[in-house]
Amino acid sequence: MIENSASPVVPPTLLSLFTVFLRIGLFSFGGGLSGWIFREVVTLRGWIDEDEFMSGLAVAQILPGANVANLSLYIGQKLFGITGAVVALVGLLSGPFFVAIALVSAYSAMTSFDWTETVMDGVAASAIGLLLVVAAKGARRASRHLGASIALIATFLGVAIFHLSLLLVVAVVAPLSVWAAWQRSAKP
Amino acid sequence: MKDDPLLALIAVFVPFSLISIGGGPSIIAGIQHQTVDVQHWMSSREFINFFAISRAAPGPGSMLTTLIGWHVAGWTGALVATLALFVPSSIICYAVATVWRQHRGKRWHTALEQGLAPIGIGLILAGAVSILRIGHGGPLAWAVAGGAGALLLWQPRLHPLLLFVLGGAIFVAARLLSSGLPML
Repeated sequence: MIENSASPVVPPTLLSLFTVFLRIGLFSFGGGLSGWIFREVVTLRGWIDEDEFMSGLAVAQILPGANVANLSLYIGQKLFGITGAVVALVGLLSGPFFVAIALVSAYSAMTSFDWTETVMDGVAASAIGLLLVVAAKGARRASRHLGASIALIATFLGVAIFHLSLLLVVAVVAPLSVWAAWQRSAKP
Repeated sequence: MKDDPLLALIAVFVPFSLISIGGGPSIIAGIQHQTVDVQHWMSSREFINFFAISRAAPGPGSMLTTLIGWHVAGWTGALVATLALFVPSSIICYAVATVWRQHRGKRWHTALEQGLAPIGIGLILAGAVSILRIGHGGPLAWAVAGGAGALLLWQPRLHPLLLFVLGGAIFVAARLLSSGLPML
C-alpha cells in the first residue's frame, strides 16, 4: 500500500508499525512526541516523506484531539488504511495507559518525588529538542516563500507571545496563508 | 446518568474530545472544572497530583483522562475514559485524512497543504515555548532544549534516550551545584 515512489529505508509491516508507535508512546517523556514520530517514521525509516509529514502535522494540529494521536492515525492510515490507523493509535496509547496507572498506584511510595521532578524537568527540556528539529526543518521549508514565513511567524507570535486563542489565530492566519499559496501555485 | 459512573465518564469526556482543538492543553481547565466542581470525583489537590503524574508519565498529556477514569471506576473506568476522549476525535481525523488524501495533487489541495504547513510549524514552536514556561527549569531548560535540538540536527541518528539521560543528568548536577548556595 506504499504508493510513494521514494523507496523506504525499511518497508513497514503492521507489526513494525505497532512496535514503532509503542516505543514512541513509552519513551516520549515530557512531550515532544511529534518530534519522535518525525525521527522514527521520516528520518530513520522513510515510511512517509517530509512533505507528507508536514501536511499531516498541520491537519493533526488543527483538528480536535491530541495532536500526536491524530498524527499517528494519519501515518497509520497512509501505510495500511483503517487497520494501520487503529494499530498506530493503539500502539501509541497502550504503553502510557499502563505506565500512568502504575505511577498513580506507586504515587504514595514515591516520596522522593522531589528529585524525580528535577530529573523529569531535564528530560522534558531535552525532549523539546526533538520538537525543535521538526520546527527547524519546517522553517527552512517555509523560508522559501514570504507568505509562508509570515504565516509561521504570525502563528507563533499570536499563540506563544500574545496568548491569543489558538482557534482565533488559525481562523485568521489560515485563509490568508492558503490564499498566498494559491496565488503562488498559479505561476508556472 | 449520574448513577452510572461509566456513563458519566462518557458524558464528560466525549464533548471534550470534540472540542480539543490544539490537543490536550486546551481542555485541561475544562476537565478540571468538570472533574472537581461539577462531578465531585476528586478534590482539586488530587487533581493537581494527577496532572503532575500525567506529565511525568510518557505519552500524550491527555493520559490525565485515563487517570481520572481509573480513579472513578478502576480499570474499566480507565479504559472507558480513554476511549471516550480519543475515539470521537479520531473518527473525525480519519474522515478528514481520507478526503484529504483523495484530492492529493489538485491545485486547491496543494494550496491548502502549503498554506497550512507553516501554521503547523508555528504551533509546534508555540507548544515548545509553553512547555518550557510551565516547567521549573528556567534558562537551563531553554539551553538544554536548544542544545538537544542542535545535536540532533547535526547527528540525526543520535538516540533520543541518550539526550534524555544527558538532560536529566545536567539538571541534577545543576541542582547539586546550586544546593551549596543559599538560593536554588
